[in-house]
Amino acid sequence: MSTKPLPTLTVNGKPVSIETEARTLLVDFLRDALGLTGVHVGCDTSQCGACVVLLDGRAVKSCTILAVQARGSAITTIEGLADENLHPVQVAFQQHHALQCGFCTPGMILAAVDMINRSPTLDEEQIRQQLEGNLCRCTGYQNIVRAIKAAADEKRSA
Amino acid sequence: MYAFHYHRAETLDQAEDLLKQCEDPKLLAGGHTLLPTMKQRLASPSDLIDLSALSALKGATYAGRILSIGALETHREVADSDIVQKALPGLARLAGQIGDPHVRNRGTLGGSIANNDPAADYPAACLALGAVIHTTQRQIAAQDFFTDLFETALEASEIVTRVEFPAPELSAYAKFPNPASRYALVGVYVAKTGNDIKVAVTGAGPVVFLATDLAEALRNSFTPGALDGVTIEPKGLNDDLHASADYRAHLIRLMARQAIATALGQTAHAHP
Repeated sequence: MSTKPLPTLTVNGKPVSIETEARTLLVDFLRDALGLTGVHVGCDTSQCGACVVLLDGRAVKSCTILAVQARGSAITTIEGLADENLHPVQVAFQQHHALQCGFCTPGMILAAVDMINRSPTLDEEQIRQQLEGNLCRCTGYQNIVRAIKAAADEKRSA
Repeated sequence: MYAFHYHRAETLDQAEDLLKQCEDPKLLAGGHTLLPTMKQRLASPSDLIDLSALSALKGATYAGRILSIGALETHREVADSDIVQKALPGLARLAGQIGDPHVRNRGTLGGSIANNDPAADYPAACLALGAVIHTTQRQIAAQDFFTDLFETALEASEIVTRVEFPAPELSAYAKFPNPASRYALVGVYVAKTGNDIKVAVTGAGPVVFLATDLAEALRNSFTPGALDGVTIEPKGLNDDLHASADYRAHLIRLMARQAIATALGQTAHAHP
């Protein structure tokens, strides 16, 4: 065994050692080792976006990244998004009723956070295009798009 | 997936040494093709060599009408780059159409071309623009690089470091994406510099190819309508559950027309 220190990453602001097999996916590490079950496994084939987390601020599919690849990075999961108040995108999802069963919601919200940070000047068509990597089987997307538009407009006017 | 040894290369030399020493190694860039393949147990490398720490493979520069992009640049970085948008807007738009936003945050230029998926987008741009692929050992012209289905001219211990794209007068890409995978059912990249016109087609055949008949027709008149009289032979095109060879032949003309219209700054008509 190597005596090198274990690789670390930061999850929701806290340093964490990656004490796991190389083949462990980031999503399994977050759920099984850290108990962060807000990140979901939907399709497990890089399609559905239920496993989206922010890696250094960018939305990524944690089912298609090894935990060891995240070494040195900062991860934000849905559990780490709010401070004492809900994040504005969470508030917008609540106000616009942008969820039904809730399974896709953490991935949707984190995808929206990255989308709005990249450019808050989003129209409906751009939002729909940027949601290509997130599947929702309940809502028909209408209220999700409305919520993201509201959160983007709020950020732009802030 | 099966177990493997993981290495994070600190230098290119170290990555090359590992490639030579390990039993059945694979390079890991964005991992958005390799990891799904390993999860399905279609690949089981003994060692993964992670290139992500190699800053020498990052960045984009433009000088002397040559756009040089590091192999590790993600699709999002290429799409959002001011340098790429200014020098080669068609390439920036192509990068912004790959997969979905989360895939674009991880997938890389070098990974895409080294994998040479028959429906990948970048190979069409490389071929149409006459790109030169730089590796740890040599420079390879795009026309010699993409050799066959998932096959390239790369040797086992060779690593793509960057790609140089000569900037054309006009260029654009149009693709008809598979609605589930976002891979190109057919994608066409058209590039024009004076009388030098190239039309590269991805998704339609076993490997990206140049449509010389279409390019010839465009030499007389660089307009969408110039392609109307050209016969596109479906023989040899992919024929599978996603699309027949006849349909792909139809889409080649349609995507080429759209690409030309975009390159000329016109509004593309959906149907000829």
